[in-house]
Amino acid sequence: MTTYGRGLRGLALATVATITVAFALVFFYAPLDADQGFIQKIFYLHVPLAITALCGFVFGGLLGAMHLRTGDRRWDIRSYVAIHMALIFGIGTLITGGIWAKASWGHWWVWSDPTLTSFLIVLLLFCTYQPLRFSIEDSERQARYASVFAVIAGAFVPLNFIAVRLAQAYVHPRVLTLTGGNLPGAMRLTFLVSLVGMALLYVTLWKYEMAAKSTRMQVRALRRALLGDDGVAPLKRSAAPS
Amino acid sequence: MILAVAPALPLQTAGKYVAGAYVVFLAIVLIYVAIVATRLARTERDLTELRRDVELRRQQAAGESGQDSERAREPVA
Amino acid sequence: MREERAPGSWRTTITVLRKDLLLELRGLETVPAMVLFALATLVVFHFGLNRDTVDGQLAAGVLTATLLFAAMLGINRLFVAEREQGGFDAFLLAPVDRSALLVAKALALFVFLAVLEVIAVPAFGLLLLGTSLGPPLLGLIAMLLLGDVALAVIGTLVSAIAVHTRARDLIGPIIGLPLLMPALIALARGIGPLLAVHGSSWPPARWVLILALYDVVFALLAYAVFDFLLED
Repeated sequence: MTTYGRGLRGLALATVATITVAFALVFFYAPLDADQGFIQKIFYLHVPLAITALCGFVFGGLLGAMHLRTGDRRWDIRSYVAIHMALIFGIGTLITGGIWAKASWGHWWVWSDPTLTSFLIVLLLFCTYQPLRFSIEDSERQARYASVFAVIAGAFVPLNFIAVRLAQAYVHPRVLTLTGGNLPGAMRLTFLVSLVGMALLYVTLWKYEMAAKSTRMQVRALRRALLGDDGVAPLKRSAAPS
Repeated sequence: MILAVAPALPLQTAGKYVAGAYVVFLAIVLIYVAIVATRLARTERDLTELRRDVELRRQQAAGESGQDSERAREPVA
Repeated sequence: MREERAPGSWRTTITVLRKDLLLELRGLETVPAMVLFALATLVVFHFGLNRDTVDGQLAAGVLTATLLFAAMLGINRLFVAEREQGGFDAFLLAPVDRSALLVAKALALFVFLAVLEVIAVPAFGLLLLGTSLGPPLLGLIAMLLLGDVALAVIGTLVSAIAVHTRARDLIGPIIGLPLLMPALIALARGIGPLLAVHGSSWPPARWVLILALYDVVFALLAYAVFDFLLED
């Protein structure tokens, strides 16, 4: 059994430090954007959240592929947690994106922003991950089908972005790109620190959740070993791997 | 992402939105940590229960072996 | 599909495909339902949009949505016979390549969609379309065939996932729709210029390319993961 708690404290401290530094940079170091003014500060939150969520989805797909390759159920749990975490980050992205859109364009939702639109499609797809799992009773099959879904959906993420980006090419002038390629130096530094902070937060929360899950499963296993199968309450039907 | 070239909002209006976004972010993280904390409490409760069960078993086992020896000495009624 | 595949698997594919097509020919269950559904959807669009004729991007959207809805019916029905009559077990017991079932099902769905379009697209031309179907016909057919490949591949994949779940009628469409989104975008945007008044006769190259790329990637992906969906 892997101990996911190992190194969690150091990681958590590094995450807190990086995010604190990032937010300090956002408000005290990065210059005000010439066009957008203060509202552009959301950029340092929204975009790193979005990138982390998308990478999390792809990461979940890779872990799912590992499950299919090896048949080891632990990969399925990792994949489940990765997608679960990325979904939370994704919802954060949509909310912050909506707030930004409302502030700069006056609407909570703007179809002409291709990245926001493709993000919505990806999120809609991944929202079906849990219902799919929930709808399969046999736990072995649940794990296998969930991994197949994770692989397909993970591959879908980049394809979808290409298609939507092309569909709505350049309605708005692109002041900032995803990679921050044409940002002025101070802004770019702030953005990169925020991105590292979000990525660290994702990894920390992933490990945190994995530690919680694996501890719970060990308690169950111990109970079963000591008290026999009767000592363990049957699991309720659940979308979570067990 | 992309930004329309919109006139910069006055700081007071913009500040509200920016604060909103950062508060949403913090709230999501905190809610998540709270959820995992609840689950941790549940696991802890289970562990306590498990310990109690184990303790009970040990006592029972000790008691049973003691009773057995006593019963052996008792005359059969 | 793959070089190293035994010649037997191609024969298996053909056998299963022939079985599905024969079943459909004798029972006439799925395709007529799809056609009727498509026609009814066109009527809904007529009233919903309150337009006697549509053209351009609006027409492309109407056509794409109509075909998508009808395709969903076919996708939901795809593995019904296998599930109800134990075809899965029989197939797993037989010493044949399992991916052959996927390929056969996808081909069957492709044929169903093509038949649907042979009827539904002229009907659309007669009932709603404001321009003539004649000049852009070749481009339209090419685009629709590419779209059918995407619908067939993803439909088969989603149907194969959904068939073993409890809420199979729900799971199929909710997974399928987002997965199909890029293909639908490409299809609708590609045929938009074809249906415009004085439109072009060939779809914009970028949409043809996107749709083709999507078809290829998902065909390979589906082929790679299908074994895991049948293993029991």
